[in-house]
Amino acid sequence: MNPRQRWGKQAETKRGSRVIELSNVSYSYGDRRLFSEISLALPAGSFHFLTGPSGSGKTTLLKLLYLELRPQAGQIALFGQDAAGLSRDQVALARQRIGIVHQDCRFLDHLSVADNIALPLTVAGRNVAAERGNMNELMSWVGLGAQATSTPPQLSGGERQRAALARAVILSPDVVLADEPTGNVDWEMSTRLLSLLVELNRMGKTVLIATHDLHLIRQAKAQVSARVLRIREGKLQLAGSDL
Amino acid sequence: MSTIAHLAAQLSGGDAERMVPRTGITANLTMFAAGAMAFLCVFALALLFSTSRVAERWASELANTATVRISAPAGQEEAQVAAVLAVLEQTPGISSARAMSDDEQALLLAPWLGPDLPLADLPVPRLVEITEASGGFDAEGLRLRLRAEAPGAVLDDHTRWRAPLIEAADRLRSLGWLAILLIAASMAAMVTLAATAALAANGQVIEVLRLAGARDAFVVRAFTRRFTLRAFTGAMVGAVFAMAAVAVMPNPGAAASFFSGLGFRGGEWFAPLFVPFAAAIVAFLSTRLAATRRLRSIR
Ligand SMILES: Nc1ncnc2c1ncn2[C@@H]1O[C@H](COP(=O)(O)OP(=O)(O)OP(=O)(O)O)[C@@H](O)[C@H]1O
Ligand SMILES: [Mg+2]
Repeated sequence: MNPRQRWGKQAETKRGSRVIELSNVSYSYGDRRLFSEISLALPAGSFHFLTGPSGSGKTTLLKLLYLELRPQAGQIALFGQDAAGLSRDQVALARQRIGIVHQDCRFLDHLSVADNIALPLTVAGRNVAAERGNMNELMSWVGLGAQATSTPPQLSGGERQRAALARAVILSPDVVLADEPTGNVDWEMSTRLLSLLVELNRMGKTVLIATHDLHLIRQAKAQVSARVLRIREGKLQLAGSDL
Repeated sequence: MSTIAHLAAQLSGGDAERMVPRTGITANLTMFAAGAMAFLCVFALALLFSTSRVAERWASELANTATVRISAPAGQEEAQVAAVLAVLEQTPGISSARAMSDDEQALLLAPWLGPDLPLADLPVPRLVEITEASGGFDAEGLRLRLRAEAPGAVLDDHTRWRAPLIEAADRLRSLGWLAILLIAASMAAMVTLAATAALAANGQVIEVLRLAGARDAFVVRAFTRRFTLRAFTGAMVGAVFAMAAVAVMPNPGAAASFFSGLGFRGGEWFAPLFVPFAAAIVAFLSTRLAATRRLRSIR
């Protein structure tokens, strides 16, 4: 299947403009300072990896990017707009342009897997029934064709991550932020999920993947020009060619 | 009104509602409480209508009649009655005045003193019946003039005992309104409690919805639709039971003039049908308020 045909809406953001930008952002949990004055710009159509030791703050950084957390200092801009100035509805609309794969997936356990994957469509007020064709194709692409009517707790760890990725891309977002999307899946499936993200990137979508998986990074670098960011001692660095 | 439009939007399309898991116990308790409140509310309405009816009747029966009582020494009686009638004829606000005959007076006294009353032998005062014109008359002015023209005449305009009766009916009516307000407030409090509990229990669901791009209105709808429907359904059942109870209430009939019985007459029967809608509006507004408050802490 060719994802370009299915979720082929071209990214609305002009290639090269900054879809997400952090300027001098500091963040602490209580007394514990995690980031001090970090800056980051994700140009439209770019492909980034985010690495760093466990506990270094990868998930926290993603939460700042999709505005779940507010920084104690510094600015965050989404699609060229200062996040601090966005109304709650504007935040919602910005999130409809961002596909998120949460590290812990965050499903609604009382709904079926298919309903969970369709969630971004539902909350955006789209006609889910009209998108059934896309849904089915996406679900079989991530290998969940048989699990549509299961509930998330019935899925294996890898199946959950695949469902989470499917949910993140169903609305054809401009940006995909994925937190360890391949942590529990086998080599073959992780190759497959990566190729979906690479394909989306080729369509002009901005991709950021937080991961420990060096194989995944190498594999991606063979296909797209990906930059690797590393969190070290509260700062964000561009990793060298060692990766 | 935008509330009504909102309400209509709530009742169509349960997409948002499905996003929040159902909790059997709060659902049933909300429905039960709404039913009980509606039951009480219908009784309060019946009380309101009944007291209004009674007060109106008392007012209309008492308001347009008055009497003048003339107690005079035997020889002067007829002269004073004539003088009183002359004064009354010239008083504005009186449509007619008529001296009662002996037979009529005997009839009035019969319940207390028995028939075959030798009225002529007793010092019974003579009565003049006054029918007021619609505007009423100036009782104080009339009293002064009667004192001058007929010293034995006393005006009894019933206000002395009419006023407290009507005041009691008014007080009862205010209590009925107060009861309805209290019922609405308890209903709001109860729905707020249930909705707050549901919102707290579903904090994670709300977060997931927001992160998936849901607007606040969508999240609010997920809760309001449910509580609005529950309150409506419960209140409908409660109101129907209460209406049935009012319908089979024994009616003391026309004979019991003091209190005409609790109930609805004719078109009044439509009033309790509004109770479920009022309950739905109260539930909708309370839930929306609780959800909006909850959303403030979730970005
Ligand atoms: N809600 C919170 N309250 C307090 N501390 C927190 C909270 N969330 C995370 N932390 C702490 O902040 C640090 C960074 O956490 P985060 O989840 O961002 O790390 P991570 O880089 O994603 O780790 P991993 O690779 O294991 O997923 C950790 O030490 C964690 O204990
Ligand atoms: Mg993490």
